[in-house]
Amino acid sequence: MSDRRLDVRKTYKLLINGAFPRSESGRSYEVASAKGAFLGNVALGSRKDVRDAVVAARAAQTKWWGATAYNRGQVLYRLAEMAESRRDELAEHVTLAEGVSAKSAQVVVSRAIDRVVWYAGWTDKIAQVMGGTNPVAGPFFNFSVPVASGVVAVIVDQNSSLGGFVDAVLAPVCAGNTVVVLASERRPIPAVLLGEMTATSDFPPGVINIITGRTSELAPVLAAHEDVDGLDLTGAPEEANELALLAAGSIKRVLRPDGRDLDASLRRLRAFIETSTVWHTIGQ
Amino acid sequence: MTTVPLRIVRETDRGVRIPLAATVPTVESEAQLRALLASLSGVDAVGAEARAARLATRSIKKSTKLAAINLAISMVDLTTLEGADTPGRVSSLCTKAMRPDPRDASVPHAAAVCVYPDLVAHARAVLADSPVKVASVATAFPSGRASLHVKLLDVTEAVAAGADEIDMVIDRGAFLSGRIGQVFDEIVAVREVCGAAHLKVILETGELVTYDNVRRASWIAMLGGADFIKTSTGKAAVSATGSTALVMLEAVRDFAEQTGRVVGVKVAGGIRTTKDAIRYLVLVNETVGATWLSPDYFRFGASSLLNDLLMQRLKQHRGAYVRPDEFSGD
Amino acid sequence: MRTFAPTNSVETDMTDRQLANSELGFLEYDPAPESASIAQLRPNYGLFVDGVFTDPGSHEQFTSINPANEEIVATVAQASAQDVDRAVTAARRAYDKVWSKTTGAERAKYLFRIARLIQERARELAVVETLDNGKPIRESRDVDVPLAAAHFFYYAGWADKLEHAGFGADPRSLGVAGQIIPWNFPLLMAAWKLAPALAAGNTCVLKPAETTPLSALILAEILQQAELPPGVVNIVTGDGSTGSALVDNPGVDKIAFTGSTEVGRSLQQRVATSQKRLTLELGGKGANIVFDDAPIDEVIEGIIDGIFFNQGHVCCAGSRLLVQETIADEVLRRLVRRVEQLRVGDPLDKNTDVGAINSAAQLARIRELSDVGEREGATRYTSSCALPVKGYWFAPTIFADVAQSHRIARDEIFGPVLSVLTFRTPEEAVAKANNTNYGLACGVWSEKGSRTLWVAQRLRAGVIWANTYNRFDPTSPFGGMRESGFGREGGRHGLEAYLNV
Repeated sequence: MSDRRLDVRKTYKLLINGAFPRSESGRSYEVASAKGAFLGNVALGSRKDVRDAVVAARAAQTKWWGATAYNRGQVLYRLAEMAESRRDELAEHVTLAEGVSAKSAQVVVSRAIDRVVWYAGWTDKIAQVMGGTNPVAGPFFNFSVPVASGVVAVIVDQNSSLGGFVDAVLAPVCAGNTVVVLASERRPIPAVLLGEMTATSDFPPGVINIITGRTSELAPVLAAHEDVDGLDLTGAPEEANELALLAAGSIKRVLRPDGRDLDASLRRLRAFIETSTVWHTIGQ
Repeated sequence: MTTVPLRIVRETDRGVRIPLAATVPTVESEAQLRALLASLSGVDAVGAEARAARLATRSIKKSTKLAAINLAISMVDLTTLEGADTPGRVSSLCTKAMRPDPRDASVPHAAAVCVYPDLVAHARAVLADSPVKVASVATAFPSGRASLHVKLLDVTEAVAAGADEIDMVIDRGAFLSGRIGQVFDEIVAVREVCGAAHLKVILETGELVTYDNVRRASWIAMLGGADFIKTSTGKAAVSATGSTALVMLEAVRDFAEQTGRVVGVKVAGGIRTTKDAIRYLVLVNETVGATWLSPDYFRFGASSLLNDLLMQRLKQHRGAYVRPDEFSGD
Repeated sequence: MRTFAPTNSVETDMTDRQLANSELGFLEYDPAPESASIAQLRPNYGLFVDGVFTDPGSHEQFTSINPANEEIVATVAQASAQDVDRAVTAARRAYDKVWSKTTGAERAKYLFRIARLIQERARELAVVETLDNGKPIRESRDVDVPLAAAHFFYYAGWADKLEHAGFGADPRSLGVAGQIIPWNFPLLMAAWKLAPALAAGNTCVLKPAETTPLSALILAEILQQAELPPGVVNIVTGDGSTGSALVDNPGVDKIAFTGSTEVGRSLQQRVATSQKRLTLELGGKGANIVFDDAPIDEVIEGIIDGIFFNQGHVCCAGSRLLVQETIADEVLRRLVRRVEQLRVGDPLDKNTDVGAINSAAQLARIRELSDVGEREGATRYTSSCALPVKGYWFAPTIFADVAQSHRIARDEIFGPVLSVLTFRTPEEAVAKANNTNYGLACGVWSEKGSRTLWVAQRLRAGVIWANTYNRFDPTSPFGGMRESGFGREGGRHGLEAYLNV
């Protein structure tokens, strides 16, 4: 008899409102590594999971937006700390998911963590870069403030299991949005791990909600959901037209992939930021 | 304080509702006065100025213009308040006030002649039984920097000399340092020695600076018994402006609605042209309305305004612009 | 403390009055009409394509009427899909051959020229706008035309400074912009669209609204006087089918639309299957929030400006008055009195406050929703003003006792109709203000700065006016959240809509 220990496997679950439920549908699907090995039965999110996630995101948005930008930055930075401490686990799963070498995976993880730090530093700069005062021709103090769009649905890059997730999710979140994320269908596990880390990073429940499952089934639900304010179609280039059409029903802001690299770009940040302009009279 | 019950009926929705039964509240302490002033709404300077500026763009033409000119002439307190004033100067002013255009009997007489107290007797003699009133500035005009005793004596002498109307100044120093009870008491005291003479209370708004102060000072004056509230002495750097007049008109409107007492408004200082005068009449028309469109409740304190009104009036009749020398230079 | 005991002389005067009520409007103003002949319009207009007007005879025609008297002002061309295509082709050619090679500094000078020419022809433009739209001459003269000129003047300065606008070192133009504008501020909306597009280096095909095409055609003459290169701006008049042809034209890189949420939604759907960029400035149901410490006289004027400016044909109109319950009766009383004072009538009269409703169709909608308001149980106050017999008119109207669930509290009426609701706490005010799918504009009235900012921070609206309402400036970004659209017009932010960033 060998004294080799049987490892304890993890069930990969959804992240909704700070909790980790299995899909309300009870469904799951098999996720394999790039090389075809069985990695686990990942929760197969349903329309109702999407609905619950949107409700959670909506409820959390006021609080997240109401937090100080300094506080949001600290929460994001805490995520980087969590990721750093679990970087080997992330790297292992990037290797499994993407089939890259262990060394390459370490580079991917390093970049992803550094990107989290980059976004952590943005939270209290956005208003200064994108807002300002406007010299109107009259006795008014007039200033423009960037404001989060609200609830953003993010369909993350299907290929980049970690890096794509970080950019697409943290750009809207650092600006004060809450998100419902459809993880990469075939490579969801790094995203699920990162979701677990958000739960220990002081994110209020509901700020980041992650659904794993079939993009073709869930993306249209998110695109059509009228209480979703913005839609990032990065992970659904082929269905972009159809999803954009659904999004038009409630005049959503839609970020469409157009071949240009959006990562770490102001365009990505601006995509789900509104400008609110306040006029106040000036007089004695 | 009496309030007007809310009732919305088409006819009475229009204009200013002046209750017959309401009364002016009795002011018994400075604290009460302070509380009353604190209950007044603030004024947003930008909005008030925008409103006045917009009303200044009203285009008054033809018969409306003629009616407005005639009305304005009848509202003029023809004023001379110079160190160099003499009986002769006052005489010619009185003559002008009684018959602004000696060739045209349809031109109304001015409302009053406004002089310093020592010239009241002379003005009274010249005006005799004429309907033109004698108004006198008093209370150590224009600064008001004298003891209450001296101020009251000033008023008493002017009234004794035959003044129908007294234009007093408030103690701006007391107002600005928060001694509003003193400001109020002085007005009440002057009111008492005025007897039958009408009291105009000059706020000197250019020294009060803010519209909130103008509104509060207006209320102090009205509560103290002013028959008119008046913008300025004409001796400060800033005199009457459209927006200041607007705020004062709003004050007399609100006061009339709450107390049933109609207080007049006099604008003074820097009003020289027919255009200026008509702008004020538009403000009156659209802020307080018909009751105030009368010399009983609205006055212009001015000297050169009258001749411009006469010139514009003649132009309306002749259809061509006329020479300044058509009219006496008084 | 001394006490003042009022003498009775004044009271005696008052008791003599049968009606202790001071009527406003003792001075009835004689008509002071601006001369319609200043407009100098041609009887027929063609399209403005490639720098010239096409022969009016070569198109189907439609008439633009004066809504104040239903008389024909001019006849204009109905642009077909082929006409639109010619315009887009001209714009593309001008973009490729001329405009994209014109330096920012040169583009700036064209825009400065246009601004000056608008100022020079301001009186004429104001009269044309009033004739075609029905808005009071006071507004076209003091608001529409000067702001249109200011908009060109402002964006002119950006043309050679785009690298400093915060969109990267070398922001590029998009190409050909198709721009569809509404009938409520015809010239001003043309300026809002054209000025940033041209400054950013795009060429344009502009489609004015069907009922108000004329000021844009005068603007076309101004562009000729400015010697703007042919094809840089093309103006195609027509109805909705012309707009559709523009949206669907494959040669267009960007669509900018101002109009109803309903049409905006359908445009977004149509553009969804293309790579066209889109910005939308849509409807609203603006809340005007009045706290009990607000400056009451300015509040009343602000409410009036908020809803009766431009006959309420304003997407950002303060059509929902939210007033604190403690002062609701007083505010309503003063409002009703003030509404009675509004001078409704001949838009060309310089003393007119409220002009004509722009079209029979819009009048029908306003009437329908007002009738709904009455049926829903709201209390209606309508000005007793006399309305002209001919033309499209609707007397200024206030509905009190309106509930959140009433249609007049939810649907955009786009007319001179105010719905009055009440609230008890700042939190409730914000909740009610945000209880709409729109998110364009709101007003807040209070003398307490901290609370004003607290409310402003929580309102879901692109524009928030504190102690004022319906103010516009070229430097100030304008645009909505949620179903009021996306993208901003005005200010540095307004450039983004026309840059490939």
